[in-house]
Amino acid sequence: MQLEARLRELRSQGRKLLVPYVTGGIRDDWVDIARAMVDGGADALEIGIPFSDPAMDGPTIQEASAVALARGTTPASVFADLRGADLGVPLVAMTYYNLVFRAGHQRFAEALASSGICAAIVPDLCLEESREWEAEAAQANIETVLLAAPVTPDDRMAAICERSRGFVYGVGLMGVTGARPELAASTAELATRLKAHTDRPVLMGFGISTPDQAAEVAASADGVIVASALMRPVLDGASSESVGALVQQLRSGLDQTTTG
Amino acid sequence: MSEHSGRFGDFGGRYVPEALVPACAELEKAFSEAWQAPEFRAELDGLLRTYAGRPTELTECPRLSEELGIRLLLKREDLTHTGSHKINNVLGQALLTRTMGKPRFIAETGAGQHGVAAATAAARFGLECVVYMGEVDVERQELNVFRMRLLGAEVRPVSSGSRTLKDAINEALRDWVASVESTHYCIGSVVGPHPYPWMVRELQRVVGDEARGQARDLLGGDPDVVVACVGGGSNAAGTFAGFLDTDARLVGVEAEGGAAVGRGVPGVVHGSKSLLLQDEEGQIAEAHSISAGLDYPGVGPEHAHWAASDAVRYVSVGDDAVVSAVRRLARTEGILAALEPAHALAWIIAASGTDELPAGSTVVMTLSGRGDKDVAHLIGLE
Repeated sequence: MQLEARLRELRSQGRKLLVPYVTGGIRDDWVDIARAMVDGGADALEIGIPFSDPAMDGPTIQEASAVALARGTTPASVFADLRGADLGVPLVAMTYYNLVFRAGHQRFAEALASSGICAAIVPDLCLEESREWEAEAAQANIETVLLAAPVTPDDRMAAICERSRGFVYGVGLMGVTGARPELAASTAELATRLKAHTDRPVLMGFGISTPDQAAEVAASADGVIVASALMRPVLDGASSESVGALVQQLRSGLDQTTTG
Repeated sequence: MSEHSGRFGDFGGRYVPEALVPACAELEKAFSEAWQAPEFRAELDGLLRTYAGRPTELTECPRLSEELGIRLLLKREDLTHTGSHKINNVLGQALLTRTMGKPRFIAETGAGQHGVAAATAAARFGLECVVYMGEVDVERQELNVFRMRLLGAEVRPVSSGSRTLKDAINEALRDWVASVESTHYCIGSVVGPHPYPWMVRELQRVVGDEARGQARDLLGGDPDVVVACVGGGSNAAGTFAGFLDTDARLVGVEAEGGAAVGRGVPGVVHGSKSLLLQDEEGQIAEAHSISAGLDYPGVGPEHAHWAASDAVRYVSVGDDAVVSAVRRLARTEGILAALEPAHALAWIIAASGTDELPAGSTVVMTLSGRGDKDVAHLIGLE
């Protein structure tokens, strides 16, 4: 299943896109959590492959990564857990570049593909450094999602939108991942700028945690990515069903946007 | 636009999230222009002379030299204002911060020497200053924590990961990505995304340039061997920069528990590709050293390149030899070295009289900082 084709298809049906995130290996039942997210209305899933030094993540994803690593999680164990899981939506890997580099681009891309993952987000691989990875990933049918930030100038934004595959990831605020009480004003501004640059699906992430925030963002973007707001309860011991219920509330928030 | 590509052979680069790309580009432009501007150079030179106490001496060590059968000259960065070479870099970056119009200055620190230097420069230029420091280091370098606070900086202990230098860098990056429009991240070593490794080496090359001239005055020529300790590697990079085009053999000394050149493999962390201590999957390993300043699993990308091209030889020494070296220099020469440069001395002591350092060799070693900060820790070992 290709990510971009699927997201375009859903968008054409008038649906706002919801991509929840789960840290691979965060708990024994992490694949059940992923499945509950799909049942709750996820259109694709972002699967975090934990890294020892997640410098762009806030406290929740740092903790989620540390917990997963302490359980012995490796890229290989995440791939093994996913193989045959058949979650029914496109899966996007999210990890830091050293894990990709250490494995080797081709080997890493093939490992993603063979575990049913169809796209990758590597946030510390900016435009200038990512070309080789993008090409070798494409050979394995892995779409590379590129990110744009509020400070990205227009000429770079055009290049990011041109080269990104799957969707364009709008980093909605200047900062690390994590839930915030208020939506950053930069989120809607960036979404509007990105939409003016590209026909590719534009999904916004960072600091989007509630159904209301999701709905507000979806007014100017094609969809949202929600991570810390879902991993916090997982770290606190929430059942997979209750995490699925949170995703369902986000889904409802987005669906109101569509009909409203 | 820039004088430098940001690549050192296969190493270096700018592996940062999109949100930090404009800030790195802005800094690259600011430094490229400043470094070619006579006014900037004159202002920095003036500060180094009248505020930091440069040039520092190249000191003979008659008693220790006699014991070792070599002629040892120490480049005395311990005599600078704030007591280490770190001041050379921060004064340059503080001037750039003013040029870029940013009111806030953040830094990471391991041993606290860079943090103290950053807090000092921030005070001198009226910048708000926040220093990130691993909890382990806050404990073992308490004196420097007090110094930073006295200088008006806020010290934020970092409790994630190994709670040492690498985690302090992660936390400083997290601050920077949220504050980049008002804040300059003053990295303390030749690590990080382009332009940092190049810029910090250039700001530290005053150490090597001075030492080269002083060695010629004292020795009538270049020394046989030039030695410096390597954590991230800024004092070594600055020292070696002054001797790369001479016949002197260059030796970088790592901590055994943090020997990124000695035992690391290529990887990417903190914005650049270099050699790293890591596991087979690419998870970064925790370094272990008695010296907080060398307790870092990576190394500057230019060192990785110098190692690959055999321009510099890298060796490592263990904690016990380092402590002995501190004591020996104190008792023979009346100089109290920090644990970091004591690595370089420990190697010199072990190598003297061997093929590495035959009798009669002339050796320049950078004594990158003074040991006051380590006294409490050393007393604990008695």
